Amino acid sequence: METKNIMIVGVGGQGSLLASKLLGRLLMEQGYDVKVSEVHGMSQRGGSVVTYVRYGDRVASPVIDRGEADFIVSFELLEAARWISFLKPGGQIVTSTQQIDPMPVITGAMAYPENLVEKMKAAGVKVDALDCLALAKQAGSSKAVNIVLMGRLSHYFDLPEDAWMQAMEAIVPAKFLELNKKAFALGKNA
Amino acid sequence: MKNLMLGNAAAARGLYEAGCAVVSSYPGTPSTEITEELAKYDEVYCEWAPNEKVAMEVAFGASLAGKRSFCGMKHVGLNVAADPLFTISYTGVNAGMVIAVADDPGMHSSQNEQDSRHYAKAAKLPMLEPSDSRDALTFAKQAYALSEAFDCPVFLKMCTRVAHSQSLVETSDRITPPEKPYEKNIAKYVMMPGNAIRRHPIVEERTRKLVAFAEETDLNRIEAGADHSIGIITSSTSYQYVKEVCGDKYPVLKLGMVWPLPEKKIRDFAASVEKLIVVEELDPFIEEHCRNLGLNPVGKELFPLLGELSQTIVAEKLGMPHEAGAKLDETIPARPPVMCAGCPHRGLFYTLNRNKCTVLGDIGCYTLGAVAPLAAIEMTACMGASVSAIHGFNKARGAESEHKTVAVIGDSTFMHSGMTGLANIAYNQSNSTVIILDNSITGMTGHQQNPTTGYNIKGDPAGKIDLESLCRAMGFNRVRVVDPYDLKQCDEAVKEELKADEPSVIISRRPCALLKYVKHKAPLRVNADKCIGCKSCMRIGCPAISMKNGKARVDETLCVGCGICGQLCPKDAFESTEKEG
Repeated sequence: METKNIMIVGVGGQGSLLASKLLGRLLMEQGYDVKVSEVHGMSQRGGSVVTYVRYGDRVASPVIDRGEADFIVSFELLEAARWISFLKPGGQIVTSTQQIDPMPVITGAMAYPENLVEKMKAAGVKVDALDCLALAKQAGSSKAVNIVLMGRLSHYFDLPEDAWMQAMEAIVPAKFLELNKKAFALGKNA
Repeated sequence: MKNLMLGNAAAARGLYEAGCAVVSSYPGTPSTEITEELAKYDEVYCEWAPNEKVAMEVAFGASLAGKRSFCGMKHVGLNVAADPLFTISYTGVNAGMVIAVADDPGMHSSQNEQDSRHYAKAAKLPMLEPSDSRDALTFAKQAYALSEAFDCPVFLKMCTRVAHSQSLVETSDRITPPEKPYEKNIAKYVMMPGNAIRRHPIVEERTRKLVAFAEETDLNRIEAGADHSIGIITSSTSYQYVKEVCGDKYPVLKLGMVWPLPEKKIRDFAASVEKLIVVEELDPFIEEHCRNLGLNPVGKELFPLLGELSQTIVAEKLGMPHEAGAKLDETIPARPPVMCAGCPHRGLFYTLNRNKCTVLGDIGCYTLGAVAPLAAIEMTACMGASVSAIHGFNKARGAESEHKTVAVIGDSTFMHSGMTGLANIAYNQSNSTVIILDNSITGMTGHQQNPTTGYNIKGDPAGKIDLESLCRAMGFNRVRVVDPYDLKQCDEAVKEELKADEPSVIISRRPCALLKYVKHKAPLRVNADKCIGCKSCMRIGCPAISMKNGKARVDETLCVGCGICGQLCPKDAFESTEKEG
């Protein structure tokens, strides 16, 4: 199988590492070769962060480059737009509609672009946008946005729900399992 | 057992399986997790040392005593540890000693992008360079075997993409390495001139033997390719980009040991292909070796000297097709890293900015004090440079500078390299003002303990160095502590200490807002009736505050109620969201 590429993008501190951990586990259990590349250190301090997940028969490079991503999973709308050049033709964006102002917007030097979902669609990109923060709160914690997004992403994968649940059980502490299962279902069925 | 493991965790696993017993490191991205992962194994003694030089000497002592040892650091940390490094190369080891050094091409979290391979060549020590987690695990184990076989420390060289990428590994059980009793050996271990002069030829002979090893070892392997019009020599993550783009098309010489390099193996490989290409990040290290062999490879004339490589760069340079991505005709505002909401450094930098101080900075999260709108820091070079450089700055410019210049340095950085600079101020008497930003943790590398926190790497109670007593013992009469959440207190302290005619230390003390034990106040909100839209609160660059429709607005999911914004508001418009009663 040709290598498939998933990018997880967001703002430092939003919890993308757990999402990549879940995907890594899931895909490893399916028997694929998997590579996951993360960002640590200074860029985590509220900056734009990206995690690369790649899987297939044999994965060489740990990173995803321009024009290569099958999926961009985004925790924040502006970040989905920022990384759009990494999406391959026909690729799919799954994004939360949450907006977090970056410093140039906070200081008033620039404006947060309007109608980004429509603009991305107009550029010919497939965009699946939903309010993951609201769904996460509904599940019981605003921190569950990552799992809501994973639930949504599961739509596009031909994998039994059991496989996702097993991967989740392997990486989520038992006391948060019910909450995260609820978040997953809310994302999936939204 | 099969596992998806971070490169750094895999290196740690390999060290563990090889029977590593003593570990001493100083944190530094992208090397930190090797030591953090090792600390999870009960059989391994682990510690954070105050700096890399100490860490390397601890590891050397343990090796001398007969236990397999390890120290880990980032590339710039190796500069600090260079002193022991060059001489331990002469003494050699007793039990195996492995040194991990992690480079950061592209400077994701570093102040330069030096190429650490030069250290292996300069110190005449072998260096293994894994290209993924599987390599990291197996190379770590091989490094111990090599260390003991060739009687020298061995480098395990990581880079950001190997250190911080997860890939599949096979783990196995820990072994018990052979006993290595300690024996007194003055000629080998006391490097005074008469002894060192006899060790140097042994080092040169060792390198000759290591070259012979490099010719034979599987660490350097040739992967066949059908098309011999090109042959590629590569290592580390560059190898992965080459395989991603070329698959098995061209022959590849993958170098797992990048120093010393083989000669015959490279010559034979070059002779088997029409055009020799070297793909490596940063400096033309392998390329220059090829040139010294009289070969004429294509290297840096094609590939960049700066930053990271990628499959796109490799594809472009080799003339392979690469698809363009989607396009959006929209200006996307940048999202640089910022000081967190509630960061204790913010109030202090605001004070320095308002007092128009010249601020010499240091290495840590607080380097973000150079970023607008605080824009206070004017110099950052390396660990400890703020405290040493302010002395030189003030000696050069005299009283005019002494009354407006400050050095800022974090608690961990101060323990690492600030103390010696402070000793110089006390000894050579400049009227300098040093501010220790004590957030009770090593922040930027992800919350590691240090000698001022009172806890060790496992989170257990440990010795605790008292900063006030330390500074007083060095001869500072003026040592005071301020709370950086209290702007008035900060302002008074900075004004008074700059005015004083003797050196002083201000300790700005409040724990990092991200520490789990820190209790936050309820978020604030803006009373829109009171807010006049003057933007006074925007001068602190808090990510939780923005202007909406001419009024300030607080993002309640980010705000931790530190209250600095409220101290700037002329209309008292910031209110707590805490329910009364």
